[in-house]
Amino acid sequence: MRIGVYVCHCGGNISEVVDINKVVEAAKLEGDVVLVKDNSHLCSNDGQTLMLNDIKEYKLDKVVVSACSPQFQGLTFMRVMETAGLNPYVLEMANIREQCSWAHYNFPKEATDKAIDLTKIAISKVRLDTPLDSKKMPIGKRVLVVGAGIAGIQASLDLGDAGFKVYLVEKEPSIGGHMAQLSKTFPTEDCSACILSPKMSDVPANKNIELMTYSQVESITGYLGNYEVTVNKRPTYVDPVKCTACGDCVPVCPIDVPDEYNEGLSLRKAIYITSDIAVPHSYVLDTDHCLGLFPLACSKCRDACEADAINYDLYPEKVKFTVDTIIIATGFDIFDAKKKPMFGFGKFENVYNALEMERIIGCEAEGKKLAEVGKKIALIQCVGSRDEQINREYCSRVCCMYATKLAQLMKRSDPKKDISIFYTDMRTYGKGFEEYYKRAQKSGVKYIRGRVAEIEENPDTKKLKLKVEDTLSRSFIESEFDTVVLSVGLEPNKGTETIRDILRISKSSDGFLQEAHPKFRPVDTLIEGVFLAGTVQGPKDIPDAVAQASAAAARAIRLMNQGEYEAEPITAWVDEDICAGCGICVGICPYDAITSEEQSDGTRLAVVNEILCKGCGSCSGACPTGASQQKWFDITQLRAMLEAAL
Amino acid sequence: MKKDPKIIVFCCNWCSYAGADNAGVAKVQIKPHFRIIRTMCSSRIDPELIIEAFKKGAWGVLVLGCHPGDCHYKNGNYKTLRKVKLLKRMLAQFGIEDDRLRLDWVSSNEGEKFGKVVNKMIDDIEKLGPLDLSYAETEVE
Repeated sequence: MRIGVYVCHCGGNISEVVDINKVVEAAKLEGDVVLVKDNSHLCSNDGQTLMLNDIKEYKLDKVVVSACSPQFQGLTFMRVMETAGLNPYVLEMANIREQCSWAHYNFPKEATDKAIDLTKIAISKVRLDTPLDSKKMPIGKRVLVVGAGIAGIQASLDLGDAGFKVYLVEKEPSIGGHMAQLSKTFPTEDCSACILSPKMSDVPANKNIELMTYSQVESITGYLGNYEVTVNKRPTYVDPVKCTACGDCVPVCPIDVPDEYNEGLSLRKAIYITSDIAVPHSYVLDTDHCLGLFPLACSKCRDACEADAINYDLYPEKVKFTVDTIIIATGFDIFDAKKKPMFGFGKFENVYNALEMERIIGCEAEGKKLAEVGKKIALIQCVGSRDEQINREYCSRVCCMYATKLAQLMKRSDPKKDISIFYTDMRTYGKGFEEYYKRAQKSGVKYIRGRVAEIEENPDTKKLKLKVEDTLSRSFIESEFDTVVLSVGLEPNKGTETIRDILRISKSSDGFLQEAHPKFRPVDTLIEGVFLAGTVQGPKDIPDAVAQASAAAARAIRLMNQGEYEAEPITAWVDEDICAGCGICVGICPYDAITSEEQSDGTRLAVVNEILCKGCGSCSGACPTGASQQKWFDITQLRAMLEAAL
Repeated sequence: MKKDPKIIVFCCNWCSYAGADNAGVAKVQIKPHFRIIRTMCSSRIDPELIIEAFKKGAWGVLVLGCHPGDCHYKNGNYKTLRKVKLLKRMLAQFGIEDDRLRLDWVSSNEGEKFGKVVNKMIDDIEKLGPLDLSYAETEVE
């Protein structure tokens, strides 16, 4: 055995704390080690070439790299091994950066001792490493996209255009998400519906996209290249092919329900179409509110439908299909301002949240008119953002700019409107944002730095008194307004939790789904072949959501385009000589990858299906005889590591 | 001379090992007297391995997995929980203090928590001192 050990300085990240020479000297004393070198940047081209040349020159057959986390540069060094003609699984990394020099920079002496130990542990493991062959697994070109807001739409269109089969699942009757509700977009003030609706109609027009609205993902099983999906499709009771969207069913319906699309500012019927730009452009019968789907109860809409499109005899349908990769784009919910009772949302007539104001500005035909909201208007920032009291520490990123936009649009509708924005800090980080903010200031929008403490309503006039400290002039302000708009933050969509539960994707502390690496894998998850797009990963504006959606599509294509992929070979195996056939591992395996099979002599034996095995090792951790072992994490290896560590 | 404590920390690849990395990235300062052994899932940890760690001189063993419901392998952490609870009962019969074996959950973004859990473990174990198993050895002989 000829082991080569490389110790990395990481340009000072490691060497400023750890005494590299001591690590090198200690490694030299280890058995089977024939070469020890240090380098300032092992992951650089120079460092990799050094390793490649050494492996040939010194005939190394195993390598230890003492550097950063294997989760950071592990793949880089595995590729070096392959280039050098060695198996990537006879490489071990000792994590002496993240878990040593960085975590212990206050303890340089102990950190050096630890770096030596970590290197020894890696050497003791590499000695027992054997070459492992990656399994080649087939992968097709089918993708599930969950959520059809702007991110889901963008990802689906990119994938569909590239020739991949897309199943786009949306729980609402129409696609479009929150963007379909917005008046205009900042900072360009494009009409939101006008730029979105062509994209929405591109979805059903794309022959590669199978759109399922009014549907929810019920279960997903399987693995990369073979995810089996079950979708629960609610009936709309209106045949979208026959429905001409004439609207004759609407006036006859006796039921009035607050219209969700208009944030409850207007009413809709139990049979309705979400909006003028709804896709699919067909009516939906909402059975939660309908009097009943039989003629005795009502059936007025069915009688009124000349196209005979309404059919009450429909039932929820389970649709099953198989995909290779998955993109999650389930978006966000707005913060429920009732959780901040001092602002009187839902209690005081003239307090609105920002999405309601979007609808007031956006829908000219129905509901409350912009002219009716009065002349003196206040916008309160950071409602549900940057607020530790309610456990929302994060910045929602869009509120500073959407408030500026709402102020601009209101001001433009009536230049006499007196508009104040009470802010914590103005964050104008994006392209054109600062310029937009400056323009708003010039147009007369007042920006006052201070967090509003309380709102009081005058019971007679319904005017609202704000109490706030202007933290720039250090003066206390008490002023009366006709209308107050709460700039509510973004929070994870409630529906995301279902899909998160199914796929086991981790959350960040803010509750949004966690990406695999904040810098280099911002749209991947730790689940193979599952990607994130849009606000499901964290608050972001439309261009960022679109960029991320295209990125997720590209990452999915990267996996699928080859027709096959290499699965990690760290599966379980069973030593047939020791296996007692007890079957404990069969019950413990979370993937049903182990079966207990009867042998010709009547005894039983555990048999591992390597395709199904995901390499968790729980069978090996439970096997009473030690017959079940996980490759690369063999009990002898774990023991050797313990020995070296203690 | 005062001896430094020796603590073995078993980390699962997806949550707690990444959490330990996260602690480093955030420069959370942790006492250095612990050594991490990575497995793919905490459920890989054979109870025998924990006993072996004590036998080889570990003052304490800390097993860290994903939070309940977050296991990358569906439910490996629950299996770990069951094993550790049972093992604790057995260790008590050998006179090994309860505090010497600990199980906790650290997610990949909880660098701060990783630091806290490890520092607390080291502090508590320092008070207990090294594990004396000499009585067991003499009995066997």
